Amino acid sequence: MVLAEVARRRARPDLTRAELTQQTEVGDVLVRGLVRAQLALALRLSLVVAIGLGGLPLLFAIAPRVAMAKLFGINLPWLLLGVAAFPFLVAVGWAYVRLAERNEQDFTDVVQRPER
Amino acid sequence: MSNPYVIPAIIVVTLATVAIGFYGLTLARTTSDFLVASRMVSPTWNGAAIGGEYLSAASFLGIAGLILKHGVDVLWYPVGFAAGYLALLLFVAAPLRRSGAFTLPDFCELRLGSRRLRKLATVFVVFIGWLYLVPQLQGAGLTVATVAGGPYELGALLVGAVVTGNVALGGMRAVTFVQAFQYWLKLTALAVPAIFLVLQWQSDGRPAVTPEAGTVFPAATTVVVEHAATLTLPDGTTREVRPGDELSFAEGDPVPKISSVDAVDGADWLLPGTAGDDDRELFATYSLILATFLGTMGLPHVLVRFYTNPDGAAARRTTLVVLAMVGTFYLLPTLYGVLGRIYTPQLLLTGRSDAVVVLLPSAALGNGLTGQLLAALVAAGAFAAFLSTSSGLLTSVAGVLSTDLLGRGSVRDFRLATIVAGLVPMLLALYVSGLDVSQVVGLAFAVAASSFCPLLVLGIWWRGLTDVGTAAGILVGGGAAVGAVLLTVVGPELTGWPAVLLAQPAAWTVPLAFTVMITVSWATRRRTPADVAATMLRLHAPEALRL
Repeated sequence: MVLAEVARRRARPDLTRAELTQQTEVGDVLVRGLVRAQLALALRLSLVVAIGLGGLPLLFAIAPRVAMAKLFGINLPWLLLGVAAFPFLVAVGWAYVRLAERNEQDFTDVVQRPER
Repeated sequence: MSNPYVIPAIIVVTLATVAIGFYGLTLARTTSDFLVASRMVSPTWNGAAIGGEYLSAASFLGIAGLILKHGVDVLWYPVGFAAGYLALLLFVAAPLRRSGAFTLPDFCELRLGSRRLRKLATVFVVFIGWLYLVPQLQGAGLTVATVAGGPYELGALLVGAVVTGNVALGGMRAVTFVQAFQYWLKLTALAVPAIFLVLQWQSDGRPAVTPEAGTVFPAATTVVVEHAATLTLPDGTTREVRPGDELSFAEGDPVPKISSVDAVDGADWLLPGTAGDDDRELFATYSLILATFLGTMGLPHVLVRFYTNPDGAAARRTTLVVLAMVGTFYLLPTLYGVLGRIYTPQLLLTGRSDAVVVLLPSAALGNGLTGQLLAALVAAGAFAAFLSTSSGLLTSVAGVLSTDLLGRGSVRDFRLATIVAGLVPMLLALYVSGLDVSQVVGLAFAVAASSFCPLLVLGIWWRGLTDVGTAAGILVGGGAAVGAVLLTVVGPELTGWPAVLLAQPAAWTVPLAFTVMITVSWATRRRTPADVAATMLRLHAPEALRL
């Protein structure tokens, strides 16, 4: 560890960071990109839930036979809503946390990339 | 009912709550400690605390009771209560934490810079908080009346007084510990008896939940009629009954239908209501889904907790922990509702189906030591549910009252506000004992989904939101939902489409709120805050950058 090197690294002006905090056009584009990426991710995953769970009442209405089907002697709607829905929600949430953190990591990498 | 263990169990839970509260009090020193638990709470503690606070009387008692009466359609309540945390995670959790807002009114001021909007949000926070507190106190009264044979008022006042005192003295720090403890208590109180109940069901030869011949009484039962009604016997004959009539049934007798209780039977209970060709059922189901999925993020006591996370990433992880914990809990009430069909069918006659969770252990396992101890455990869990949810609600209602309406947010103001915020729902709970616990909670979700959900989602993701647009959206959407609530609770009895539209308003009030908020914001786009770019950066940039 050479202390002088650490000091030099700190002293170097961080241009991208300044773009962000001073709200230049470049900074604004960067933030808009991040917000758009995060919103798109959230919307995609809500679509998964909207179809996977939100589609069920409609499915039962259109195809009552599905509602009468049985698995392990229990009617399918009971299993889907009473049991399967919860691990499904947790899985979607887990995927979101991973992907959202990856988006933020990408953003951090852009901001902190070594200045050329 | 004479169970010698119930009262001691309730007292132990209450004392433990107060004791942990005082333990927390010795740790709370400064105003900032007092209100936001110093932001030193780990995601697991915080997750358990949020879960503990969230699982209310509606979750602990109400869901099982509704399943007993209405069957599979009710499962949308637990699914929606859990999915609400997913919506919160996807759209709100991390940015809200980064905004630094402690309450919803704070968020309004930070994002839109309007003091008047802040006051409007305060009014809605207080309304939703009280709407949610009253059924908690009612649930407490019902439990004391059912299990211990005490007066209804005693339970309601006891929980109200304990919670008010605890919140006023301990503040949020104490509440965090109390809530985390109560999540595990509630889970245990449903899980342990559930194991015994399933084993008992096995050893009884797995009686059918929906027998061919209809539901039957598992043992000789006497039911006292409370309201004049028409009794329909299985052979089709009808009979009028009056309040005070005693109806006796022998073991194996079929359960008659009674006109005073709205319950379904047989295939209707087993299969989704939407499987028929009734559009109203479909509308009501989707309305419930919208209200619960989107309402959670607008509940005042849920948001306050996010401030105790150290940063946005931790807020996300905490939310995921909550989703998993709450989801685990919601596997259990279904079991109680289904087994209640076999062991406590008399509740279908009395209509007091909210009592199924506390009655089931002794009904299925007999009045021996095991049955009595398990019944006491369930009653303790139910009390934990009332205490924790009311504490969280009271903290947030008192929080906004003390900072925005009654004072300037000092500890003394907070204590005064707590007493005011606690007394109002206590009085209401005494005078309106006839409301249905789960329905009122559902209406609170509908109001939250039509007022604060659009505010948060648009505020976090859309730069074009203005203060005027927000106020218009909250007033029109939230106002419509409040109107529907008031009409449902105190208005005349309605039938057909008007009844459905008012009882499950979310499917029209939520889109209305979003539309008004977007249109009016667009029309007043000159009022977009000048610092919106800086706010967006603050809401979405990861803390690792230390901007």
